[in-house]
Amino acid sequence: MMRYLAGRLLRALLTIFLVVTFAFFVLRLSGDPALLIMSVDAPPESIEAFRKSWGLDQPIWMQYLAYIGHALTGDLGNSMRDGRPAIQLVLERVPATLAITVPAFFLKIAIGVPAGIYAALHRNSFADRLTMLLSVAGFTMPSFVLALLLVLVFSVQLGWLPSSGSEGMANAILPIVTLGAAGAAILARFTRSAMLEVLGQPYIRAASAKGLSWRRVVTEHALPNAAIPTTTIIGFMVGTLIAGAVVVESVFAWPGIGRLLVVSVANRDLAVVQTILLFVAATMVSANIIVDFVYGWIDPRMRTAPR
Amino acid sequence: MSEPLLQAEGLVRHYRIRHGSRLFSHPATLRAVDGVSFTLQPGRTLGLVGESGCGKTTTARLVLGLLPLTEGEIRLQGETLPQAGSMRWRELRRVMQMVYQDPLAALDRRIAVGRQVMEPLVIHAIGAPAERRDRAMAILQSVGLQAHHFDRYPHELSGGQRQRIVLARALILSPRLLVCDEPISALDVSIQAQVVNLLLDLQAEMGLAYLFISHDLRMVRQVSHEVAVMYLGRIVERGDPDRLFAAPSHPYTQALVSAIPVAHRSGRQRLILKGDPPNPVDVPTGCAFHERCPIAVARCRTETPALRPLADGRHVACHLAPGAADA
Amino acid sequence: MGVPLIDIRGLTVDFDAGQRVVRALHGVDLAIHGGEAVGLVGESGSGKSVTWLAALGLLGNRARIGGEVLFEGRNLVGAPASDLEAVRGARIAMIFQDPSSSLNPVYRIGQQLAEALQLHRGMSGAAALAEAARLLDRVGIADATRRLRDYPHELSGGMNQRVMIAMALSGQPRILVADEPTTALDATIQAQILELLQEIRRDSAMALVLISHDLGVVAENTDRVCVMYAGRIVEDAPIATIFEAPAHPYTSGLLAALPDLEGPRRRLLAIPGVVPEPWNLPLGCSFAPRCPEFERACEAAVPPAIELVHGHRAACIHARSGSA
Repeated sequence: MMRYLAGRLLRALLTIFLVVTFAFFVLRLSGDPALLIMSVDAPPESIEAFRKSWGLDQPIWMQYLAYIGHALTGDLGNSMRDGRPAIQLVLERVPATLAITVPAFFLKIAIGVPAGIYAALHRNSFADRLTMLLSVAGFTMPSFVLALLLVLVFSVQLGWLPSSGSEGMANAILPIVTLGAAGAAILARFTRSAMLEVLGQPYIRAASAKGLSWRRVVTEHALPNAAIPTTTIIGFMVGTLIAGAVVVESVFAWPGIGRLLVVSVANRDLAVVQTILLFVAATMVSANIIVDFVYGWIDPRMRTAPR
Repeated sequence: MSEPLLQAEGLVRHYRIRHGSRLFSHPATLRAVDGVSFTLQPGRTLGLVGESGCGKTTTARLVLGLLPLTEGEIRLQGETLPQAGSMRWRELRRVMQMVYQDPLAALDRRIAVGRQVMEPLVIHAIGAPAERRDRAMAILQSVGLQAHHFDRYPHELSGGQRQRIVLARALILSPRLLVCDEPISALDVSIQAQVVNLLLDLQAEMGLAYLFISHDLRMVRQVSHEVAVMYLGRIVERGDPDRLFAAPSHPYTQALVSAIPVAHRSGRQRLILKGDPPNPVDVPTGCAFHERCPIAVARCRTETPALRPLADGRHVACHLAPGAADA
Repeated sequence: MGVPLIDIRGLTVDFDAGQRVVRALHGVDLAIHGGEAVGLVGESGSGKSVTWLAALGLLGNRARIGGEVLFEGRNLVGAPASDLEAVRGARIAMIFQDPSSSLNPVYRIGQQLAEALQLHRGMSGAAALAEAARLLDRVGIADATRRLRDYPHELSGGMNQRVMIAMALSGQPRILVADEPTTALDATIQAQILELLQEIRRDSAMALVLISHDLGVVAENTDRVCVMYAGRIVEDAPIATIFEAPAHPYTSGLLAALPDLEGPRRRLLAIPGVVPEPWNLPLGCSFAPRCPEFERACEAAVPPAIELVHGHRAACIHARSGSA
C-alpha cells in the first residue's frame, strides 16, 4: 500500500516537473521579454540592463538551473511587470476564478448527468435526439462563440445582465452559464453512453428476471454501475477548476487566473506564466490521483484481483 | 518412420505476474505451460484438449513462435525454431499457419475477403498479381466457396463461410502444419460438421498436419490421430483417441470424458469432480490434480508423476494408473 | 395429463429494427406441466431464448409480442408490468448463459441474494442473510457465510452460476428456465451444474426448461425435447423418441452432424447451407432449401405441426408416425 502510494506520488511529481521544464524552455525560446516590456525603441543599454537584472543574459540552461533551484526553496520569482512575487499575483486571482468555475462545475453535473440518464432511458425518443443535438452543439461550439451569443441575447438585446466586468453577482452569471453549458454537454453525452453500456449488460436483464420493477432495476442496478465511468469524467473536471476558464474570463473581462495568464503570456511575464502553469499541472495531477482512488473505492473490481 | 514435422521438447512458459489485490500484491509465477513434449508427423492430427487455463492456447502460441519460450525447444522439420521476427522464422512461418476461434476477429472487415486471402502471397512477394488472384480463386474453391465470394466483405458472409475464408488464407502458402485453436467453437452445430469434414478432406488432399485445440472431446476424437489431455500446464494423458476416450486411464481424463453429455450413457457411472481447477499461480505440489482427484493417495501430494507408457502405447502421468511401468 | 402449468399458444415476436420489422418467433405452441423437464434445442437465432424472454416480458419495448402465455389463470402477454413483476423470479425464475456477468459487479453476493429474498419473501436484515447463506449451502457452495461477502468477480464462473441458481431458488418458483446455463463453463464444471439442477429438481417438484444448443445436455437432463428452427418448434417429442425415431429431417440432420464418443468413427453428415436470416426466410417450410427430402409441396405453405402419436409432434409434410 505504501509502495503504491509512494510510486503514484513520485509519478505525479515527475509530471509536474516535466510540465514546468517544458514551459520554461518554450517560453524562453519563443520571444524576448526585454523587447516586449521595455518597448522596442528603448535605448539598447537599458534593454541590456533589464536583461541583466532578470538574468536573461545568462545561458538558458543556467537560467533553468537557477529557476529550479529557487523553485525548490519556494521562490517562484517575481513579475517583470510590477516586481511583486509571482505567487502572490496568482493567489490573488484564485478566488475570482473559483467564483465562476465552482458554480459552473455544479451546473455541469446538475444538467449533464440527469440529461444523460434521461436520454439513455428514452433512447431514440424525441427527447433523446434533442438532448444529443444540444450536446453536440454545446461541445462543438467554441466557448467564445457561445459567450458572444449569450452577451448578444442577455446583455445587448434584453439588457438583463452586464456583458463584462466583475462588480457583482450579476457579472458572474454569463461566465458561469458559458462554462457550465459546454461541460454539461460533454457530461450528458458521456453519462448517456455509460448508461447505455450498462443497460446492455446481462445483469440488467437478470435483475429484471428476478422480479424487480424497472424503476428499481434502473436506480439500484444500472445507476451505480454507470456512476463508475461518469465519476471519472467528473473527477477530471475538478482538474479544470483553476485553469478551465481562460477564454471565458478573457471574453467577459473577468479578473481570474485565466485572464492573468493571457495577459502575462502576451507580455512575456515569464515568472507569472510559469507559476500559473505549475498551478495548473498540480491541480490536474491531484485530480488524477483523486480519480484513481475514488475509482478504487466505488468499483470493487479495482480493489481485489480475482482469486 | 519419416522425420517428424514438429517436435516440442519440454516446453515451459512462465509469466511473472503480480498476485493478490492491487494494493497488496506480491510477485508470483504463473505456470501457463510447464513441461510439455509431443511429436507430430506430417499429415497427422494431434488433438489438444483441456479446460480453460490448462495451457493449450499458450502451447499453440509457443509452437508458432508467437510467444518466447521460458524453457524447451521446438523443432520444425528437424530445424530448431529460430527467434520470432528473424528472417528464418518468417520463412518457416510459411510452413505453419494458425486458424483462430473467431473468424470475424481474424478478418479485416474493411477489406474484401479475396484480397485478404491473397495477402500472404503479397507479404511473401510470391507470384505476379494475376497469378495471385488465380491462386486465391483456386483456394477458395478448395475450401468450398465460389468465385463470387472473392469480392465480398466479412460481414456479408455467414460464420461458417468466414471460417472457410480464414482457412483459405492460411492455406494459400501451402503450409504443412495448421495450428487450429478452437476452430469450430464459434459455429452452430450444423455448420461445425461442415467445417470438420472440410478439414479432414483438406488433410487427405494436401497432406496437412493439424495441431487441433478444442474443448469438445467428440470433435477432437473425430479429427485426431493422437490426443493429448492437458491439466494445469502439463500433459496428463496422451495416446490413441479411440482407446483414450473409451477407457481413459488418468482420473482427470475419466472425469472429462464422463462429463460429456450423451444421449445414451453406456455403463460407467458419471464421475463428477469437486471444485474448480486451481489457479495456475498456486499449482498444488505433487500431482497438480490431487486436490480434485477421487483416488489420490499420500504420494500424489508430494511427488509429481511423470508421463509413463502403458502397454497399449498410451502415456499417462498418474502414480495409480494400472499397467503403467515405473519410469 | 391435466392442465398444463404454463401454456404458450401461438407466441409471436416481432422486432422493430428501424426500417423494417423482423419476425423472430412465428407462433410457438408449448405447454409445460408441473414438475416436467423440457429441453429446447436449436441453433443461434432459432428463437429458443426469445420464447422465454417474450413470455416474461423481458424483451424491452422494441419487441412486439403476440399470442398467449397462459400461466396460473392469467395471460402474461400484454399483462400490466406489476403482474409480470410478480411472476418473474417468484413463479418463473430464469438463469442465463454467462453467470459472471449476470451478477451485478458492484454488489456483494449476499446483498444480491438478500435483495431477491426481500422481494419474494419479505425477508430483511439478518434473517435474509441467514437464509441467503442457507441457499448458498444448498447449491453446494462451501463456507457459505463467508462467501456472502464476496463480489462476483472474486468467484469462478461455476460458483457464480451456483449463486444464480441460489437466487432463482429464493423465490421458490414453479418453473426454472435455464438459458444455456453451462455453455460458458468448462466441461467438468458443466457436469457439476447440471448435476445440481437435477438434484434440485428431484427435491422440489419444480419444472425445468433447459435451453441448449447441445442435444447431449438436453438428453441427459430432460424428459422431453422441443427442436426449434428459424423461430418455430419443428419437433416436440420424448427424449428417447428424438434419438431413436426423429420425425423431422432437421432433427435427423442435427443428430447425424454430431460425432460420437464411442464406436467406430464415421464421416459426419453435415447439413448443407446455412440457417436463413429471419428477414429472408424461404417460402413455405423454412428448412426446405437445406432438406434432403425436399419436394415442391414443401414450398407451398408452412407445414403445421402434426401429432404423430400422443406426445410427439412434428412440423413436416413427410412426417409419419415412427419414421424418419
